[in-house]
Amino acid sequence: MAKEMKLACDVVEKIEAICDKHGNKPGELINILHEAQSLHGYLPEEMQRIIARKLNIPASKVYGVVTFYSFFTMTPKGKHPISVCLGTACYVRGSEKLLEEIKRILKIEVGETTPDGKFSLDCLRCVGACGLAPVVTIGEKVYGRLQPKDIQKILEEVGD
Amino acid sequence: MKTLNFEDLIQFRKKAQANLEVRELSYAAVSDKACGLAVGTEHIQLLCCGGTGCKASSSAKIVECLKAVIEDNDIADKVEVIVTGCFGFCEKGPIVKVIPDNTFYTQVKPEDAEEIVKEHVIAGRRVERLLYLDPKTNEHVSDSKHMDFYRKQKRVALRNCGFIDPENIADYIARDGYAALSNALQNQTPEQVIEEIKKSGLRGRGGAGFPTGMKWGFARGYQAEHKYVVCNADEGDPGAFMDRSIMEGDPHSVIEAMAICGFCIGADQGLIYIRAEYPLAVNRLRIAIDQAREYGMLGKNIMGSDFSFDVEIRYGAGAFVCGEETALIHSMEGKRGEPTLKPPFPAESGYNGYPTNVNNVETLANVPIILTKGADWFASIGTEKSKGTKVFALAGKINNVGLIEVPMGTTLREIIYDIGGGVKNGKKFKAVQTGGPSGGCLTEKHLDIPIDYESLGAAGSMMGSGGMIVMDEDDCMVSVAKFYLEFTVGESCGKCTPCRIGNKRMLEILTRITEGKGTMDDIEHLKRLAATIKDTALCGLGQTSPNPILSTIDNFYDEYVEHVKNHKCRAGQCKALLTYTVNPEKCKGCGACARNCPADAIMGDVRKPHVINPFKCIRCGMCQSRCKFDAIQVF
Repeated sequence: MAKEMKLACDVVEKIEAICDKHGNKPGELINILHEAQSLHGYLPEEMQRIIARKLNIPASKVYGVVTFYSFFTMTPKGKHPISVCLGTACYVRGSEKLLEEIKRILKIEVGETTPDGKFSLDCLRCVGACGLAPVVTIGEKVYGRLQPKDIQKILEEVGD
Repeated sequence: MKTLNFEDLIQFRKKAQANLEVRELSYAAVSDKACGLAVGTEHIQLLCCGGTGCKASSSAKIVECLKAVIEDNDIADKVEVIVTGCFGFCEKGPIVKVIPDNTFYTQVKPEDAEEIVKEHVIAGRRVERLLYLDPKTNEHVSDSKHMDFYRKQKRVALRNCGFIDPENIADYIARDGYAALSNALQNQTPEQVIEEIKKSGLRGRGGAGFPTGMKWGFARGYQAEHKYVVCNADEGDPGAFMDRSIMEGDPHSVIEAMAICGFCIGADQGLIYIRAEYPLAVNRLRIAIDQAREYGMLGKNIMGSDFSFDVEIRYGAGAFVCGEETALIHSMEGKRGEPTLKPPFPAESGYNGYPTNVNNVETLANVPIILTKGADWFASIGTEKSKGTKVFALAGKINNVGLIEVPMGTTLREIIYDIGGGVKNGKKFKAVQTGGPSGGCLTEKHLDIPIDYESLGAAGSMMGSGGMIVMDEDDCMVSVAKFYLEFTVGESCGKCTPCRIGNKRMLEILTRITEGKGTMDDIEHLKRLAATIKDTALCGLGQTSPNPILSTIDNFYDEYVEHVKNHKCRAGQCKALLTYTVNPEKCKGCGACARNCPADAIMGDVRKPHVINPFKCIRCGMCQSRCKFDAIQVF
């Protein structure tokens, strides 16, 4: 985590305000991280240090929590975040093949973002639309009953 | 709105019931197939499913379109569109139900809205093409009571889902909502309520099946300045979505049950720990909590009594282990969700060190109806040791994917073949997985055991939270075991060695086997390691993580042996064990395969049969998917 962009002043202020709102209580750490991530999109090291200072806890503690939960991320997401459902229902209906196809087309691995910043790829466990399995979500939109051959077209549509 | 006291609540319920009467009556009235259509002056309600599954198929758009058409035709005074929770029949969603004639439209699209309003509502003719087609008789069925999917179900925990508007507290109150709380506060002591729950035989629906009444009794037994009621809504089992459906479709039942629990154990604060990945459920809960406060069902001096209780929402952040109650409590305290040794149980020292009672969503949803209908009624449903019903998320290779609720003691065969409509595409049934990553795979020979906590455990699986995934002949059981283990390895918190390292070693062995590099010793190693992990892991996650492996070795031993000795995967799922070849008789030499092959492994002249170089082939299956002549064979 050596190379780090400096956070803009207003972002720092907002993060500090979030901490203040929660009374700077260490017990509120997860709620603070949720709000910080929804504000900034991800949780870079610098932001974690600010939160640690405000709550008066070691930065390692914040880092420990951020890396423990899969919802928190330290890398920025793409403009269109893709999530492939790897819940059991989708898995037995072939979601792994969808994942392979997306990786092949975008040339990125799970957890990565395309160099142009358009797409990022993640897996998730069950969105609860098992009737539509296998399911891929791009942004807020859910694409169901997909086959690998559908992927190219969808990515082209979304990317334009 | 002023807050309601006990007497106001009864009056308010009477008024609310009048509004709901048309729905109640229409459900009761359907007794034969020839049920008349409602035309003319009657008040018509269109119920649209607003659950996550149907929303993914644009049910919100359907609601919009219906409202627009109603507006255009100037019949808004007679026709009402109501967004409900999940109807359960997700395979056929989105669903629109017309009240009072109970017509059940399936797979509705936004563009069908106009036809539903103009044909059904105005002209009084059912839109036949949107009705459910019974695959057995090939006839249209117009109401849910006559569908095989619903016939054997008994809805207790899901009683209000797909019936009431979850964003309207009046609908819930009309269905005897908050009656149990009001009765407990007025006429019962905490001990009496706990006794009633004990008598009902209700057991925890989150997986372990601990008797709920006993758990409440323990928490009551400890004296402290504060106590907490926690609702575990961190549904992490991939493929189970009953808790989410209850919170989306009937959030007040959970809130009322938490307040009752608070009264029983002496708590003044409730916390709902919910996955941040469930935005719709969070939103419905928020609305419900606000309404409950506004009507005096939460807050200071509930319904004028001296009991005060409030509920707050806490977010999870995606960690399966947080389903374990001690891990969940640590997560709520803002820490890593790592479990700790029990005792002390949360009943003694839980959230911030105070006595805490943790119950799962489905367990709580059962509580109000047990108290209004009586423990004896509840105990009359189910088997000797497992009372009541259980909700299952039926999914996988099955015709009717959906959320179902059946009495304990129903057999797997009834669920898969009668309710589920059998295996998809006429394939052969191979296995059914229950209990998610902690459960096991059951086979043909288990289909007739009546399901309850004990019988599933004896068969090598477990009840779990209620995921039920059907698999067919195309599923490789070694791969399935590997799939679950990959999940557990990813979700292990890393605190105890058996789970952190043991599961990783097991995954390595399984991976070897699926690549054709395993030995017969590996299978024995797996069994030994599995037994060690079961005995020594710290929490429920680790202790149950070997179950999918043990049950597949038990029930599908020959498949493991085939992978090891013959380097063959009969289901054709283990990529490393496959060989792709071109059938020269079918190949037309069009070159589509060669052009699309990412590894340049296919050669051949135009209009002549092509050949795949097995050393270059990466077994991606691209050629097979691109061939129009079905000429690519896989062995």
